[in-house]
Amino acid sequence: MQAQLPILPDQASNFAPQVDSLMIFMILASAFFTVVITAAIIFFFFKYRRKAETDIGEPIHGDMRLELTWIVIPLLISMVMFGWGAVVYVNFRHAPQDALDIYVVGKQWMWKIQQPNGRKEINELHVPVGRDIKLILASEDVIHDFYVPAFRVKMDAVPGHYNTLWFRPTEPGRYHFFCSQYCGTNHAVMGGWVTVMEPSDYAAWLAGSTAVDADPIVAGEKLFSEKSCSTCHVPNGTGRGPSLNGIYGGKARLADGSTVTVDDPYIRESLLLPNAKIVAGFVPAMPSYEGQLTEDQILSLITYIKSLESQPVPATGAGVVAAGKK
Amino acid sequence: MHRTGELYGHFQTLEQQKDSATLGMWIFLATEILFFGGLFLTYSINRQTYPGVFADASKTLDLTLGTLNTAVLIASSLTMAMAVWSAEAGKKKLIPVYLILTLILGTVFLGVKAVEYHAKYVEHHIPGLPFQFEPGSTAATNAHAELFFSLYFGMTGLHALHMVVGVGLLLWLLRQSLKGRFTAEYNTPIENVGLYWHFVDIVWIYLYPLLYLIDRHK
Amino acid sequence: MATTTTAPVHTMPRDHYLNSTYGIRSWLLTTDHKRIAWLYLAGVTFFFTLGGIFAAMIRVHLLTPSGLLVSPETYNKLFTMHGVAMIFFFLIPSIPAVLGNFLIPLMIGAKDVAFPKLNLLSWYVYIIGGCFVLYSFATGGLDTGWTFYTPLSSVYSNSAVAPAVIGIFINGFSSILTGMNFAVTIHTMRAPGMTWFRLPLFVWAHYATSIIFILGTPVIAITLLLVALERTLHLGFFNPALGGDPILFQHLFWFYSHPAVYIMILPAMGVISEIIPTFARKPIFGYTFIAASSISIAVIGFFVWAHHMFLTGESTYAALAFSLLSFLVAIPSAVKVFNWTATLYKGSISYDTPMLYALGFIGLFLIGGLTGLFLACLGLDIDIHDTYFVIAHFHYIMVGGAIMGYLGGLHFWWPKITGKLYPEFLARIAAVTLFVGFNLTFGPQFLLGLMGMPRRYHNYPPEFQVLNVLSTAGASILALGYLLPMVYFTWSVRYGKAAGPNPWPATGLEWTTASPPPTENFDVTPVVDWEPYDYKNRPDLGLTAPAAPLAPAHGDD
Repeated sequence: MQAQLPILPDQASNFAPQVDSLMIFMILASAFFTVVITAAIIFFFFKYRRKAETDIGEPIHGDMRLELTWIVIPLLISMVMFGWGAVVYVNFRHAPQDALDIYVVGKQWMWKIQQPNGRKEINELHVPVGRDIKLILASEDVIHDFYVPAFRVKMDAVPGHYNTLWFRPTEPGRYHFFCSQYCGTNHAVMGGWVTVMEPSDYAAWLAGSTAVDADPIVAGEKLFSEKSCSTCHVPNGTGRGPSLNGIYGGKARLADGSTVTVDDPYIRESLLLPNAKIVAGFVPAMPSYEGQLTEDQILSLITYIKSLESQPVPATGAGVVAAGKK
Repeated sequence: MHRTGELYGHFQTLEQQKDSATLGMWIFLATEILFFGGLFLTYSINRQTYPGVFADASKTLDLTLGTLNTAVLIASSLTMAMAVWSAEAGKKKLIPVYLILTLILGTVFLGVKAVEYHAKYVEHHIPGLPFQFEPGSTAATNAHAELFFSLYFGMTGLHALHMVVGVGLLLWLLRQSLKGRFTAEYNTPIENVGLYWHFVDIVWIYLYPLLYLIDRHK
Repeated sequence: MATTTTAPVHTMPRDHYLNSTYGIRSWLLTTDHKRIAWLYLAGVTFFFTLGGIFAAMIRVHLLTPSGLLVSPETYNKLFTMHGVAMIFFFLIPSIPAVLGNFLIPLMIGAKDVAFPKLNLLSWYVYIIGGCFVLYSFATGGLDTGWTFYTPLSSVYSNSAVAPAVIGIFINGFSSILTGMNFAVTIHTMRAPGMTWFRLPLFVWAHYATSIIFILGTPVIAITLLLVALERTLHLGFFNPALGGDPILFQHLFWFYSHPAVYIMILPAMGVISEIIPTFARKPIFGYTFIAASSISIAVIGFFVWAHHMFLTGESTYAALAFSLLSFLVAIPSAVKVFNWTATLYKGSISYDTPMLYALGFIGLFLIGGLTGLFLACLGLDIDIHDTYFVIAHFHYIMVGGAIMGYLGGLHFWWPKITGKLYPEFLARIAAVTLFVGFNLTFGPQFLLGLMGMPRRYHNYPPEFQVLNVLSTAGASILALGYLLPMVYFTWSVRYGKAAGPNPWPATGLEWTTASPPPTENFDVTPVVDWEPYDYKNRPDLGLTAPAAPLAPAHGDD
């Protein structure tokens, strides 16, 4: 959709109209005060220009009512600006539950994207129109940032963290994306294109190419066995570690009594800092895999563990809060 | 070169000069709080992230020497306060005595730290040099322990540097006091160095439990 | 009644601080705050010129989408070194170390600052820090951005990071010493009768700035020290591969670097608060509010740093808190703008160059400050963060604001500092040239940001070219606006007309002594019993209230 202000890019996501209307409000409010104050200055500048060389001005020291007025009114207006922006931002930071997860890994100087079925892209992101999309952003080296001007959204990819960025494309087309956090020599050319397609075209494209061993679930399963995870995380709950069947998306009860959501960052943390959040009923016996897994491998393991959602959950030994997960 | 006790040319009165010097020292100490503060923040965050490794690493520090040093430093603050008191009470002969006692205690502290640092060197616990926490530690444990020791050496090293400066200031005060420069009416330098010395002591009082006493009760 | 006043002919005083002693040692070992101000003037002008050359190269390079002038590595070094030179070695010291050092003792009726030797030391520390940074520039350059985000700066960059961060670390102590000196001076060295609420607003502004110098600078010092250690000893504070956290660096860095921007603007606001009453010849409107707003900005400014981190994955609650506080910190600045504007009402306004700079400041600071609200607004920041919108915003404040304040102050106090008048006509031309060139350079950059052009880009998509060319054209005009004062100020020292003690005239204590002042500032310690900017009750200035033909006699307020 064409943006209301001519210089703005096309509006191609659910956030674009929200950001644009807020932008127009801010521009109008700012323009109003700028014009009023500038006009006052220019007016006074000419009206009160010095007539005789020895003239002085009229000694007015202040006016409490005026001071209070121009404190209170800008304060109220700023609170409106803050509030409106906060609403947009809170929405932006909370991805919907049913979003399509796409993994995005930034590294100097390219973006590696992995679609839900494992299909990989480099510097290209294909998404279906009208669907909530959640990008899980990671970095292999320095801080990067994934920015789509036509969607009006961006989020940093910070090494050592996962960040999420969600949007709903509203208009098929091809839109530029940029790296938007300085990351070294080729920061300026670390961009690419987002292609928004009709759902049927997207499904067809998705099924299009992959060879079987690029399937991240298969790759993750291989890693799970190679790295000896299966030794402790036995599916029927009898192992030294909790069974991972059915845990993704649910809640786990921890040894200290608190509960935690089993999501991507939690699984990543469990791999790198296994003793940070121990599931109730288990001892801290898991070694850390820090330094032994690349970001891609971590993502494959997460994808595999996610796929175990549909496996039979054992009666005991999963550490999952018993009643209704979602 | 002005002699201490004289009125500097840009001040109007001795009282103005004294007030300026004292306020200046308090402001300087405020900057030091913020300076150490960055390190304390970094320490706090890392301790919260790696509680197990930090506790293990802390246990490799010599608790006896650390406790001894704490006692030594607190005693040195006492002798420093006595030096200030002597000056204010007009007991000029006592001032060098207490300053020398403070100097001795301060030097003992630095000597003990040297012994501790040497022990860490022998155990390969000095970051930047080939670092190995324990034989057989995983890469992750090694890295996190190296973080602890980076903070240990950074914080106690910065503290020790401040102690060395303090020792230098004490030597200067000693020289001035032996010349009889300080009286009941004029003792601003001793007072201000006293403030500095007490501050450095307080920093150590925070460092000691944070670095030496992690999970010792367990 | 009509008065034909012939301009009085002044002569330079026979003995003053510039000719009291001669020789290089008398300058390099001086403890006279006025000479130290000149030492700083030389230093900041050097770094401004260096930073300006880098800026010129950047703008020329960006004339074409694929980059006209340099390689990507060199471009990245250019914007980094431009930022480091301008922020740490020009903007932060400029007004405090040049004008503040010269004027604060004069304005409060003192003979010097509280610690003159520390004052000289602070200059040497500045120079030594500068040498480290120049060494970095000369041996491989610096390509991390002036923000030094880790792990790029601490691990991945191949440029001379360690000497540069050590240089900035050392330079921080120059700031700390200056802040200590000003705070103590203002507390203890005021002349009899100079109460806090008779202080010029320039002094209030520097007191507020000193608070930030004292409390903020040590944090950047320790942070950069940690980066240097991480880089040279391969430690892991900020490197995730070794268990560290890059976000911790950002918190520590911005805890100083946000208040630092208030270090850059508060002194300029202090200058404006002196110029406007002088050239409107009436008291400033709302003195107490302007003084209080300086302190408020300094205090609240310490609580907004993470608005630079809204998109790092910080918690939503934190983002909400920092956004709210960022809106609050804008209110005292708005109070100042309204009060300055109200001061013009019923004034007797002249169009001298300092006034032109002051009015230009108000307009440009207004735009810069309002666009800051855009960035504080969470819902907009998700779009315009890290784009040219940010670059335009901060250049409006730092160049349109701080530098115009600095130049306005230099022009206003030039007669006091040198005893000479600068050429007024040429100066007005330069001021207008600068204003036009500035807007043409940075106005288009707001649009570039809205269009989606990210910052720190050596190449860009072709649709951004037109605005980039406009911006570069503006930069060439802006450069002319900067060169002219450098030329005529230098000319005026030798050939300018003698100014006399109070050419404008203005009401501050500094104008009651000779131009240039004697080394000890005042022959007799002043005793103050008048309010600031009180043109009505200063018959010694030779001014009169204008005849009011229609109004009946009435009491003033």
